[in-house]
Amino acid sequence: MADMSAAPTGRLNQGAARLLSGMLEARTGQTLSEGRAWRMETALRPVLRDHGLADIDALAARLLRKSDADLEKAVIDALLNNESSFFRDLQIFDMLSRQILPHIHYERQDRTLRIWSAGCSTGQEAYSIAIQLRNDWARWNGWRIEILATDVSSAAIERARAGAFSQMDVQRGLAIGDLIKWFEPHGDDWRASPELRRMIDFRQDNLFDPAAPSGEYDLLLCRNVLLYFTPERRQVVLGLLARHSHARSVLLLGAGETVIGQGDDFIAHPEFRGGYARQAPLPAHAVGRVRRVG
Amino acid sequence: MKNCLVVDDSKVIRKVARHILESLDLTVSEAVDGQDALTQCEASPPDVVLLDWNMPVMSGMEFLQALSSARMEARPKIIFCTTENGISHIKAAVEAGADEYVMKPFDRETLESKLAIVGVI
Repeated sequence: MADMSAAPTGRLNQGAARLLSGMLEARTGQTLSEGRAWRMETALRPVLRDHGLADIDALAARLLRKSDADLEKAVIDALLNNESSFFRDLQIFDMLSRQILPHIHYERQDRTLRIWSAGCSTGQEAYSIAIQLRNDWARWNGWRIEILATDVSSAAIERARAGAFSQMDVQRGLAIGDLIKWFEPHGDDWRASPELRRMIDFRQDNLFDPAAPSGEYDLLLCRNVLLYFTPERRQVVLGLLARHSHARSVLLLGAGETVIGQGDDFIAHPEFRGGYARQAPLPAHAVGRVRRVG
Repeated sequence: MKNCLVVDDSKVIRKVARHILESLDLTVSEAVDGQDALTQCEASPPDVVLLDWNMPVMSGMEFLQALSSARMEARPKIIFCTTENGISHIKAAVEAGADEYVMKPFDRETLESKLAIVGVI
């Protein structure tokens, strides 16, 4: 039996690291930055333990020797960064509740609101929006509301769908009034109320092979996702988001992310600082998926 | 610079909270129980109080009740910070006038998010 109590050695075999990084990029499009690469050993320790593997070299050897879908899935889920919190970047949610959502409410004559949280991780962002809508239900009651939340990690989506969050999770960003109103004690954890869970369609989906999104969304959130992709892949994702936007859609990215230098699908939103609007008309390459050459 | 009064009979908790709060650019004063906190609030109200529940002399809930009848220029924001993590305790604290609630153990990110919610940072 391998000794699993040893601390990470910090002497990761470069061949094994390249194999695992390559697998992550092939399956998810994400690249491992230097800062995350050194954490690979720590992140993979539970996988090594669960599969009785001594170290990452043994893991790499197992993956090379035979196809093992469960092991590959466990490795991918472990390497993905699923960090998330409720109402992350409070000023963004403040702008959503005070400006963007009321604006959409005014614009949409057909009383339909469509939202896509792309790269939703364990669901806190989607739940935060659902809470905002529920807290302003006098405005939204009677509307057809669709919230699609997608992530490449099946483990993250399972957690999101269950709506179960630890005490530490609910304390990060969630106001105590919202905890009391929209969550119930669930053992040592807290679980989102059925009303909230019913509002969100959580789907495991890959931004580079998308099956879940359909039609156009009024609000698209792809926050703290692009930073894990190469510039080329960022453009592909922005092209996808553009194809699922209409002329008045609002796109929100993470605090450190921008569309500048990432193609011409989006421009800074004329009304909402920090938000983006689809370039109108949509660039030809985004419509026909034809890459511009030269 | 805004001021936070940390009210806890545990010296360790006060030290940990002070370390986090000072890293968030708040000035920090300390009180060892509710009575001590009330005296300090009446003398110079802080912007926010980080309040333990179970303390000798005067508990956190008793402090809240006393604070509501105290003569003060501006009422500080109250963040309960306690090991009492049950939903009944949380509801009781909110009904008594607490603005936020932190369940111990807590970390920097938790305190930071709660201070942002009450508008102190």
